[in-house]
Amino acid sequence: MPIYNLKINGEIHAVEADSDTPLLWVLRDQINLVGTKYGCGIGQCGACTVHVNGNALRSCSLLVSQLQGMDIVTIEGLSKEGDHPVQKAWLEHDVPQCGYCQSGQIMTAAALLKNNPNPTDTDIDAAMNGNICRCGTYIRIKEAIKTASKL
Amino acid sequence: MTKIKTQYNRRSFLKVSAAAGGGMLIGFSWLTGCITDKESKEVLAIPNEWYDINGYIKIGDTGMVTIYSPNPEIGQNVRTSMPMIVAEELDVNWEHVVVEQAPLNTGFYQNQFAGGSLSIKLSWNALRMAGAAGRRMLLEAAAKEWGLSVSDLSVAKGVIKETNSERSITYGDIASKAVGIEIPEEIELKEIKDFQLIGTSVKNVDGKKIVTGKPLFGLDFKTEGMQIAMIQHPPAFGMKLKDFNQEEIKKMPGVSDAFMIDITIPEPSWSDEKGFLQLIAIVGDSTWPLIKAKKAIKANWEQVSELESSEIHMKTMETALMSGKVEKSRKDGNPDEAFKKATKIIERSYSSPFLAHNTMEPMNFYANVTQDSAELVGPTQTPEALEGSVAKLLNLPIENITVNMTRMGGGFGRRLYVHFGLEAAAISQKIGAPVKLIYTREDDMSQGTYRPAYLSHYKAGLDEHNNIIAFSVKGTGLPESSIFPDRFPAGTVENYSAEEISANTNITTGAWRAPRSHFTAGAEQSFLDEVAEAAGKDPIDFRLELFDRAIKNPVGEKHDYEAKRYAGVLKLVKEKSNWGEQKPEIYRGVAAYFCHDSYVAEVLDIALENGQPKVKKVWCAVDCGIVVNRDAAKNMIQGGVIDGIGHAMYSELTFNNGAANEMNFDRYQLMRHSQAPEAIEVFFVENEIAPTGLGEPGLPPAVGALANALYQATGQRLTTQPFANHIKAQKLLG
Repeated sequence: MPIYNLKINGEIHAVEADSDTPLLWVLRDQINLVGTKYGCGIGQCGACTVHVNGNALRSCSLLVSQLQGMDIVTIEGLSKEGDHPVQKAWLEHDVPQCGYCQSGQIMTAAALLKNNPNPTDTDIDAAMNGNICRCGTYIRIKEAIKTASKL
Repeated sequence: MTKIKTQYNRRSFLKVSAAAGGGMLIGFSWLTGCITDKESKEVLAIPNEWYDINGYIKIGDTGMVTIYSPNPEIGQNVRTSMPMIVAEELDVNWEHVVVEQAPLNTGFYQNQFAGGSLSIKLSWNALRMAGAAGRRMLLEAAAKEWGLSVSDLSVAKGVIKETNSERSITYGDIASKAVGIEIPEEIELKEIKDFQLIGTSVKNVDGKKIVTGKPLFGLDFKTEGMQIAMIQHPPAFGMKLKDFNQEEIKKMPGVSDAFMIDITIPEPSWSDEKGFLQLIAIVGDSTWPLIKAKKAIKANWEQVSELESSEIHMKTMETALMSGKVEKSRKDGNPDEAFKKATKIIERSYSSPFLAHNTMEPMNFYANVTQDSAELVGPTQTPEALEGSVAKLLNLPIENITVNMTRMGGGFGRRLYVHFGLEAAAISQKIGAPVKLIYTREDDMSQGTYRPAYLSHYKAGLDEHNNIIAFSVKGTGLPESSIFPDRFPAGTVENYSAEEISANTNITTGAWRAPRSHFTAGAEQSFLDEVAEAAGKDPIDFRLELFDRAIKNPVGEKHDYEAKRYAGVLKLVKEKSNWGEQKPEIYRGVAAYFCHDSYVAEVLDIALENGQPKVKKVWCAVDCGIVVNRDAAKNMIQGGVIDGIGHAMYSELTFNNGAANEMNFDRYQLMRHSQAPEAIEVFFVENEIAPTGLGEPGLPPAVGALANALYQATGQRLTTQPFANHIKAQKLLG
């Protein structure tokens, strides 16, 4: 099996995997970064969202072979102390219910705010629409994004 | 002063203490606690010694307190609210509390399950007692130490003081001497008005871990040497596995084994519901090769029963309503005669499709089965049922089975069913190694224990004064009817009839958040809206008149609800939403429902944006007795409202030739961000009634309020879910 050098959360990981292995399963099974969640496997739910060169992308739909030289950040690498403004705002609004989708929501929100520091409701809806929350924390997520934009 | 008889003798407390001390560290960091905020004023050192006070409480020599949360956590936030109740009575500083998940221990904890919105309701007394017993033991220890009696002492936030002196001692300092102190026969509980923690807003104890992506869920659980497994089930309900290309699959890269399993057990219970008992299992050491191997399976299936379709389902239900056998009913007065006298008759049928649970975390479970034992770890709402079924499957004594609970990525009823735990156990037994079974989303959605499909027919008769003189409802579903004959409007109409008829299907079904209520509330509450309109009455006033009848002069021997509390939430939501106020281009609907012993009324505002309905705001009035964790309780209700609106509006699971047409989120629609209401305000009725359900009751009225607001906006009475499929565009544009 080929070996790929992936830069994840600032560290290089040499990963032996089939070329068609999705990043999601490399993260979860091989590098033990399980904060990135499996939800649908087809890029429809957003639970597996990571940052690749600063863009929020679905790790279930990214192949390991496409990612050499790219800068990959997972929820575990979003901040050292768990104090990224989005994470702080999530705690302030006590957003999670079951919590399973939240790392994906947070990663999408963090990328949104980086590109658009003061998003409108419509901007938030457009950016976040690919992230499903089955528990229905959408209102709190929106509030938390607005709070984070001021932090 | 409330005195309560202790239920546990000292021996049972000690027994569970030992159990709780030992088998807890299931690969997760235990310090999940409330001390996650680095900025919290007073951070205690990790204790060198822990002292078991009772099965719920462990106190460290630094004053840190561990409280065990007995019930499974599915997102209803019991890992915060249950320990809050213990902490209240124990009287400790919440900042000093850490929470641990208790293991399954049927000998000590009661009702260790997550279902029926019952966690807090059923454990309210036990949790208060555990805290109060702990406080009493610590007080006794201090009294003994100082040669005083307990009545000479007072306690606040983990510090015991001698009433008539400056002398004090902390729980941390006296804990070692409290171990084993005899629990008195009667202990004092706090007065409800003296609660300091219960009723406040406490943040989720797992919040920091969730937002930083720490391993919490079953799918995140790992042990050394653990294998991964996946299963393949038959492609349709009505089919059974015969054989498959086993040798070919076994040779695939990343596959260590492939075989068939059978999870048939003797005398299965309701929680063993499962469509497919014979399955293909594939094992390897990572997930992706197994997903690829699943796609390479070539299997022979045999048809064992009818391959059903959604068209067949609807016909079956229509036939059942027309000519099916009535199994349960209620009758007051003479509805047939009364309908003959009515000057106006209103009739409607309501239906909804099967729904999948679609927890965001797909089904999974870890099992490590040896010759004479089995250890299971994972997401289950019913650990006790799982333990029992695994014991049957493996033919092992129940005491040789351990079940530990992880946090769950959603439950909604799906994880009341235990088959995935049995499948993991069967696979682990076959390979002789620990294994974690993972479902793909497609596996999860296409072999569910679905919300049943429903069809109900409502009829009401009004006299010339627009009084409702007759009401009837007939309900069926696949496989069960959704109606509750003794619920509202039973007790309010002189001539009343409710009939339940079941119908057959081979699609597996089960409890889905607020079972039956989620459908019946929508049907009944939109029907009553139509009846109120026909009577020329305001929909809230119309309902209040009915409740007035139930309060003053109820019809029949009994009804399930307290009309005063029901009316109470309607009045509260009327006030909070400024009901009656006209807002330009805003369309309002109202509904109220009683289930899980709680009362919820909701007003919902819709606007038309580009011709499409958009829910702007929802007001909720909730009577669930004492609210334990206020902001988290609001979160629950908000989630219930979104769940109700989202599923009624967008979701359906349809069948063709026995197979689900929707197998992933590309075709199965769940509500998304842009479709969510802009705001949901939640108001609680303040009272001192012991807590009742909260996780489910917020959902059902949302469906009725939505349908009623949609009627105002579009002029259409929407009776078939999902509503979005049936809203006529031209009406909206006009």
